[in-house]
Amino acid sequence: MGEITLTIDGQEIEVDTGVTVLGAAQQAGIYIPTLCYHPDLTPYGACRLCLVEIENMRGLPASCATPATNGMVVRTKTPQLQEFRRGVLELMLSEHPHPCLTCWRRERCGPFDICLRSVDITQRCVTCPKNGTCELQEVVDYIGIENVELPSTLRGLPIDRENPFFERDYNLCILCGRCVRVCQEVRGVGAIAFTSRGSETLPGTAFGHALRDSDCRYCGACVDVCPTGALIERRRKYEGLPDTRVTTTCPYCGVGCQLELELKDGHIMEVLPLRDNDVNHGQACVKGRFGITEVVHHPDRLTTPLIKKNGKFEGATWDEALELIASKLSGFKKNEVVVISSAKCTNEDNYVVQKFTRTGFGHNNVDHCARL
Amino acid sequence: MAGLVTTFGSGAMTNSIRDISDAACILAIGTNTTEAHPVIALEMKKAVGKGAKLIVANTREIDLVKDATIWLRHRPGTDVALLMGMARVIMDEGLADTDFIEERCENFDEFKKSLKAFDLATVERITGVPAKKITEAAFIYATNSPAAIFYAMGITQHTHGTDNVIATANLAMLTGNMGKPAAGVNPLRGQNNVQGACDLGALPNVYPGYQSVADDAIRDKFERAWDATLSNKPGLTVTEMFDGAYNGSIKAMYIMGENPPLSEPDANHAIEALKKLDFLVVQDIFMSETAELADVVLPAASFAERDGTFTNTERRVQRVRKALEPVGDSRPDWLITCQIAQKMGIKGFDFDSPSEIMEEIASLTPAYGGITYERLEEGGLQWPCPTTDHPGTPILHVGIFSRGKGHFVPLEYKPSAELPDKEYPLLLTTGRNLFHWHSGTMTRRVSGLNNLLGEAWVDISPSDAEKLGIAHGDRVKITSRRGSVTARANVTEVSDKGVVYMNMHFAESAANVLTNPALDPVAKIPEFKVSAVKIAKA
Repeated sequence: MGEITLTIDGQEIEVDTGVTVLGAAQQAGIYIPTLCYHPDLTPYGACRLCLVEIENMRGLPASCATPATNGMVVRTKTPQLQEFRRGVLELMLSEHPHPCLTCWRRERCGPFDICLRSVDITQRCVTCPKNGTCELQEVVDYIGIENVELPSTLRGLPIDRENPFFERDYNLCILCGRCVRVCQEVRGVGAIAFTSRGSETLPGTAFGHALRDSDCRYCGACVDVCPTGALIERRRKYEGLPDTRVTTTCPYCGVGCQLELELKDGHIMEVLPLRDNDVNHGQACVKGRFGITEVVHHPDRLTTPLIKKNGKFEGATWDEALELIASKLSGFKKNEVVVISSAKCTNEDNYVVQKFTRTGFGHNNVDHCARL
Repeated sequence: MAGLVTTFGSGAMTNSIRDISDAACILAIGTNTTEAHPVIALEMKKAVGKGAKLIVANTREIDLVKDATIWLRHRPGTDVALLMGMARVIMDEGLADTDFIEERCENFDEFKKSLKAFDLATVERITGVPAKKITEAAFIYATNSPAAIFYAMGITQHTHGTDNVIATANLAMLTGNMGKPAAGVNPLRGQNNVQGACDLGALPNVYPGYQSVADDAIRDKFERAWDATLSNKPGLTVTEMFDGAYNGSIKAMYIMGENPPLSEPDANHAIEALKKLDFLVVQDIFMSETAELADVVLPAASFAERDGTFTNTERRVQRVRKALEPVGDSRPDWLITCQIAQKMGIKGFDFDSPSEIMEEIASLTPAYGGITYERLEEGGLQWPCPTTDHPGTPILHVGIFSRGKGHFVPLEYKPSAELPDKEYPLLLTTGRNLFHWHSGTMTRRVSGLNNLLGEAWVDISPSDAEKLGIAHGDRVKITSRRGSVTARANVTEVSDKGVVYMNMHFAESAANVLTNPALDPVAKIPEFKVSAVKIAKA
């Protein structure tokens, strides 16, 4: 990998060969608007927002699909580019609800405010689950759109709720193709593709079948890459933004995917696979992505020690339970007591349990279900 | 695991997840990776996308077969014959890496002699795989380097599981596919922290870090560190503990976070054994089938409510971080055990936090010697990581095997303990499904997952189904010598003729009521993957 030098917006940048113009700009902290681009997917060049001007190159090349070369001189925000992008974005917005996107009061509105412009509740940004993290909002704010001149053609589609984990609201889809590509390129499944032609085009399953009759494995990768509110986990739909995020390790299989728990008001709002690590690179499976919150917050969780009296469990304090266990276990001959540890518990739990067995009972009768 | 210790000196995945996609050949045997380890399957598919050859050896037409260069449909329990057959072809065709064998391995001549019994005609007869296909697979594996082998419970859960593992190790050494990136022998661990539980000595024969309890110098080290008198006699395995409980020599049991009635073979026997105990303490996050039988149940905090570490299948120690307060009055497992110990007056359990426990682990466990919570903030560390300035070890056995020389082991084919006969004509094999996990105490409580797969199905081939008059979706009764369960019939080509398949996750149709508790003599792993059953409409 050799180094090459190029100039972007007057700034000299050194990058490895093979890096795209967009990649070079990102390394230098220069923002270029994108919507179909995703770092885990091959360049697509569909949204035409990342167009740039490059000296001695014809037309306006898409920076996501143009490799950087030595001596390149690139401009990312000329009036001509902004005008072009505005046109592209207007086309996109003509099929996406946009009254709030173009309203200067957007950030001041709450979900329960009365809209002075009488914007339909289904068309408001403030009632969209993606509000505040929407990439379309980010791009509109960068380019600046006050008015959409083109006639608005809203799709008026029903929201697809047939699968248990996420909702598909294709009224909000901007056809960036990320969901289709991640399913094919990264997951190797291809449960969805673009269906129909022209203005009818939408992502969907073959013959419009339900997801459960497709090859869908419910990994949620499509939901994670969607830039708008078109794909959203149902359980977090009305939660808004999280209070905090905590990085942890998935409690299911032995792969050890790194996950980010999004928390709000003392509960898990959503579980997202982490990108920046050597294990799962932003991917998870259905269990880690959608199968954790309900387990942790399940009403069946044991919340107090229980002691069986006359064949029935009765609640007890920790002191009572620990006292009983200590006196009972001390009452047996040491080799009559055995301990089973767990491959589901932490390293520290396992260490303490084996130390307890070995020092407390003077034997090695400790094992776990590794073999099973 | 015992198999890899014998051959290499260390029983863990030799390579890393991040270099799977650089492999030129992948041999996936006894693993339904897309279902049981979906994220690792992504890396395998990535490798195939980059031009790698994929050899799938599985009796079932699993999802991975779609991406395979070649699919070997061998009969369950014939892995040794298949792998030795491939080794024989590699030898006969002069494809072995003789420099590697000479320089880095030992006992090769003995191994070579044992190959004599595995001529292709014999192997074809045992495995049911055409000789031509075995030859082709051997060529693919031996001529595309680096080649990585992946296996899971489909290799280990047999009465000859240790032999199966050794067979994979022999094959990797034979072709010099050890100690380099994107190669090696890679066991995929089933549960989140099986690797860690083994590493930290939750095993009857070793202290933390696989240090033998029978070694006097090591016992001495732990006696001094723990200020206690320790035994040099290896203890009982789980299965032996249940036998002891059943026949009365074991009277009390303390179970932390396990659900043996679903995970033990011959589940009825396990339940009877638990009922015979005088005193049973169970610590879990839910009222599991095991907890129902307990005298005292202790509420544990879930993984989201406590700090700690898990060690994943590639030996990477990673942080678990507390995100929430423990629900109700529940407590982290380590704290509960410490409090029991303190009540009993046992010394050395006054830990304040998991990071303090990790400090003690590091001081006594050479492979974990350099691991601290502070370092783990930067990301996971792969053991061996002996010192605080050691970067961790992504690839094992580089330059030299953990035990010095790689040890070839001669093998012979041994049939499974229980094969189909007139009375029980079908072979049952068990496995895992994408939507559920292990004994189901967690995933069966997730409504969405139950919605996608809510009950047990038994996969049966169309020809067997027709013979038995079973239609897709029928309720059927599956019976073995140990018990019977009911499930719905899934008539599918995925299942080979004469072979039926069930998942292990469903308490109401527990596959392990049927399975055979016969053990591998070395690893003491039960034969979950092969038992004889009969099926009739319920």
